[in-house]
Amino acid sequence: MDTLNFVFPNDLHVHWSMMIVLYPYLTGLVDGSFIVAALYYVFGVKSLKPISRFSLVFALAFLSCAMFPLLLHLGRPERNHNMMITPSPTSAMSGAGYIFTVAIVLIALIVLLVYRPTLVKLRNQSKGIMNVLYRVLTMDSTNLSPESLELDRKIIKFLVAIGIPVASVLHGYVGFLFGGVKANPSWSTPLMPVIFLFSACVSGISALILAYIVIKKLTNQPVDVACVRTCINVLAGFFILAFSFEMLEVFSHSYLKTWYHHSVEGLLNGPLFYSFWVWQVAICSLLPLFLLGWLCLFTLKESVFQFFAAAVSFILLLQVLFMRWNVVIGGQLMSKSTRGYTEFHPEWFDKEGILAVIVLMSLPFLVLFILSRILPLWLEEESISS
Amino acid sequence: MGKPDAELDKERRAFIKKVLNGTIAGSLLLVLPMPITAATPEFPEQISGIRGKKWDMFNQRFAFIVDITRCIGCGSCCVADRREYHVPDGYYRTWVERYLKDFNDEVYVDSPNGGLDGYQSPRTDIDVEIRDTFFVPKLCNMCKEPPCVQVCPVGATFKTPDGFILVDRERCVGCAYCIQACPYSARYLDPVTRTAEKCTWCYHRVRKGLLPVCVNVCPTGARKFGDLNDKSSEVYKLLHEHEVLTVLKKDMGTYPALYYKGLRREVV
Repeated sequence: MDTLNFVFPNDLHVHWSMMIVLYPYLTGLVDGSFIVAALYYVFGVKSLKPISRFSLVFALAFLSCAMFPLLLHLGRPERNHNMMITPSPTSAMSGAGYIFTVAIVLIALIVLLVYRPTLVKLRNQSKGIMNVLYRVLTMDSTNLSPESLELDRKIIKFLVAIGIPVASVLHGYVGFLFGGVKANPSWSTPLMPVIFLFSACVSGISALILAYIVIKKLTNQPVDVACVRTCINVLAGFFILAFSFEMLEVFSHSYLKTWYHHSVEGLLNGPLFYSFWVWQVAICSLLPLFLLGWLCLFTLKESVFQFFAAAVSFILLLQVLFMRWNVVIGGQLMSKSTRGYTEFHPEWFDKEGILAVIVLMSLPFLVLFILSRILPLWLEEESISS
Repeated sequence: MGKPDAELDKERRAFIKKVLNGTIAGSLLLVLPMPITAATPEFPEQISGIRGKKWDMFNQRFAFIVDITRCIGCGSCCVADRREYHVPDGYYRTWVERYLKDFNDEVYVDSPNGGLDGYQSPRTDIDVEIRDTFFVPKLCNMCKEPPCVQVCPVGATFKTPDGFILVDRERCVGCAYCIQACPYSARYLDPVTRTAEKCTWCYHRVRKGLLPVCVNVCPTGARKFGDLNDKSSEVYKLLHEHEVLTVLKKDMGTYPALYYKGLRREVV
């Protein structure tokens, strides 16, 4: 044991563990996929049409599960409602429930409006319980007149436009939860919300590309390469921003050489050397940076493009996961004694353990599957059924 | 001549009645709850001017001073604290750190079991000549601008008007945000109640005019606690004389009410 290593007695425990890694990861996926929807519905990027509806349902599926990690994390989850009933106005955390509620209501409304023509059609085709469900989802309106559809389009555009700041707040806010902790030198930086926001966009767009290609391949449907190409371009843009800010944070600290830097330097070059420098930076950032450049700047064969688009998306999903891990768990390894580091050993069967993580990560896909039975994900399916 | 039978019967009845009354009254005395003050001896007042007065919540000022030069690392304070609050193993409301300094100015710090067992023997894992050694007791800093209170999402951690930072364990949701926010690592999540816990400077004792337990048991007077409104108190004198007093992590902007006398620059 290092004789110089000293951890405050209460700092031996890592209080925010894997559930707090998972929570920003899930909301990040929501944010990124919402960005794709916004590009189509607000900014009129037509090539994104094939995944426009999928991105919204994807966002809804992941957002509906985003609060579970928090509930599992709380020592007294049965009191969680206190955060909304008696919030403390000075706490950054007390806004979580409200922001989450606004976001999920907004996305659900957008999904219902986007799907309204489809839902009306399905209502007329269905019987029994499904018919009742579709009546509820269409709010018992079958009006598909051009005027009503035009009104829908305007409302959707307006709601998605509001959704952009809401999604930004949803995730920038998560970054602020960390950035606002002055006691932790690796967290307390005004860049934290920005880094979280951009990396959220990266993870969400990556997840969308990967899910789109995998689902299409598994169901033997053609992949719209033009759409994936646009996504990859957008992904490249957001990733350059995210990675630049992540590196800027490290670079500024190491150049300023403040007292803070000396503690953070020891953390990044010590306990986090592999998970930060090797995995997050070298394998999962520099490699995809070159791959993205190659995919964006050169004309490739469609099959090659699809393969590498999926591969780069997968690596970037890992990158963001490593980034969340390094921030949340990594930040707590450094004792406030500034003289040493503690260790984190994940357990398998703990309520915040590895098994819980696997279940929670599978849950959004289950929700997505159920939603896909009610709301057809692809426009082609609909044209076949009608 | 003896008394007639009827009269004897009367006396017997009266006697039995008296015995019965006595028995019932005696049993009731045992069963009925008695006022605590009558049952427990009055402890002498340790912080003068508190008893027999209405507690003016808005005009109280207390300070805690730790004198580094007096601490001998016996761990009595930690033992007393653990007994007072039944703190679970591995968690600490207060602890004592041991600092060693060699001739190259390298600093070695440890706090095995929070100093609970006392520092009875020297460190065996260091093979250097030690130039200097000292002990530093740590506890809640009772910040005037407490970050833990700021971040608590439900107001379970709060600052009382008389300046104590307390936790309402009936309201705490156990999110551990306060634990992250405390620059002094004075908080922990109690594994039994699953809520945040911390040192309270023995608020329940102070309200009764008693010193915090750790102060009460300290054999060398390294821990001092007192009323700043009382100009004759030791803490008032220390804070208003030419003593060099410092606080921990001043740059955090938390304005602690816990002061250290003789604190060394190596201490964080």
